[in-house]
Amino acid sequence: MEALKHFIDSVSSPVTIFTLATVLFVLFVSFPRISTSKPVSLLLLALFLAFFGLGLTDEHFRGIVTTPDNVPIVGLIVVFGYFTWYAMRKAVINDMRMEKGEPTVEQTETNEKVLVFPYLIFIEFVVALAYGAGLVLWSIFLKAPLEEPANPMVSPNPSKAPWYFLGLQEMLVYFDPWIAGVLLPTFIIIGLCAIPYIDRDTSGSGFYSFKNRRWVITTYLFGFWILWILLIVMGTFLRGPNWNFFGPFEVWDVHKVVPLLNVNLSELIWIKWLGIGLPKMWFVRELPGILIVLGFLFITPVILAKTVLKSAFKKLDPIRFGILVLLALMMLSLPIKMYLRWGFNLKYIVAIPEFFFNI
Amino acid sequence: MSDGTTQPATTGPTAIPPQTPSTVKPAPSNPANTVMGPDKIDRRTFISWAGVAWVSFAAATGGALSIVLRFLFPNVLFEPPTAFKAGLPSDYEVGVVDERWKEKFGVWMVRTAEGIYALSTTCTHLGCTPNWLPGEAKFKCPCHGSGFYKTGINFEGPAPRPLERYRISYSEDGQIAIDMSKKFQQEKGEWNNPESFLTV
Repeated sequence: MEALKHFIDSVSSPVTIFTLATVLFVLFVSFPRISTSKPVSLLLLALFLAFFGLGLTDEHFRGIVTTPDNVPIVGLIVVFGYFTWYAMRKAVINDMRMEKGEPTVEQTETNEKVLVFPYLIFIEFVVALAYGAGLVLWSIFLKAPLEEPANPMVSPNPSKAPWYFLGLQEMLVYFDPWIAGVLLPTFIIIGLCAIPYIDRDTSGSGFYSFKNRRWVITTYLFGFWILWILLIVMGTFLRGPNWNFFGPFEVWDVHKVVPLLNVNLSELIWIKWLGIGLPKMWFVRELPGILIVLGFLFITPVILAKTVLKSAFKKLDPIRFGILVLLALMMLSLPIKMYLRWGFNLKYIVAIPEFFFNI
Repeated sequence: MSDGTTQPATTGPTAIPPQTPSTVKPAPSNPANTVMGPDKIDRRTFISWAGVAWVSFAAATGGALSIVLRFLFPNVLFEPPTAFKAGLPSDYEVGVVDERWKEKFGVWMVRTAEGIYALSTTCTHLGCTPNWLPGEAKFKCPCHGSGFYKTGINFEGPAPRPLERYRISYSEDGQIAIDMSKKFQQEKGEWNNPESFLTV
């Protein structure tokens, strides 16, 4: 038992957990029929409960998951996991019915209409009562007291944002504040607003389905689960003092030393590879990084339009295609930058501290 | 209410009210007068009342806004002193990062064999206050994990540039004087400025 805990702690790092979660996610959406079938679903549930149940016997794990601030995140994993599974299960059933030429579940249900009042309203009323009672119990049993007055000279260690911002705080580890705090959130909001204008395909609307909307749903779920929920979960449970990364059973040691020496791309290129030292002019110094970023943003879309996304380029007009690819590249820039940091200790691709511009 | 004939105002598919003489209007001779009745107001009255209403509405809104604007200018403004005297150089031990002024002024005093410099306690990433970890000999920010050497140079985490140094000099009475209104940034080459370092 202790050996297992120690093993989990020793392999826990941002890169292993992020990679493992991505692999699991890819498996889930690649084989939706198997992953939502009864035996696999029950197995996953049993594994989750076993991990959580055994984890609760560990003093440190219990302390973290039962902290009043963190309890909602445990609930969030359960609730979001269940609803993702539920939607995928319904989609799989509809896909199988359509393959056999049968109408979808929703289409058969439409024929049996019931009135909103009283049938739906009554259910909603009961749920609202139960929800209200739950909130009262929550507020009684989970205390959220005010802390001591803020002191600008003392930052709590670790200083954690509210849970819904922990994804942003995790992004701030890898990006300059203006990107992680302003640019990427703006792109998230604009991108979500833009979905109905970019994706005007009506196939599969009105009922759960996955097969004919595989890429769209997968992209959305990747952004939601891996790039947002996973980062919140990591920020809540696995980030400790000095924003160091800790395994789920590891004691939060303030003096944990993680050797980290981050270098900028310019230092790698000019000092390590060319061996001639950093140029004095910031523009010359950062030219390779600037070219890489510009290429990523403007040449990749052209390549994509001619290769992998050929069909999408034909279906959408150039403007919509351009917006789609720009949004997708901005989304991908997060995992790309994270892996660059983990793999090569790369700090910034473009680093111009002269006027606070870092990418 | 079922009998439409007794209620002239009631309209319905089957109830057509009989046109009693009181409800029959004469053919309008002047179109402007058709909307006028004994209890109706004419256009001039309406506009003058609307004017009063708009003026009072604008006055109320403006008054409320002016109170909001007033809040932008506080009665008392707390401005911490930008300069202080930090004692004698002999008060500081060589090789030690001194935290005695951190709480009050946000300054770390670092005494090296050559002299003393005053480091700002504001992280250059997002402005949290890092902690000095003597065991690891580094400043470590609890918010996003930025790390700085004792010199203030950033080496880990997302901080894009080194911690800032403040102007440091001797005052007339031999004490060290720190002037926080003047900052020296390493990436601009300002640490070469003699005012950023006090030779002892």
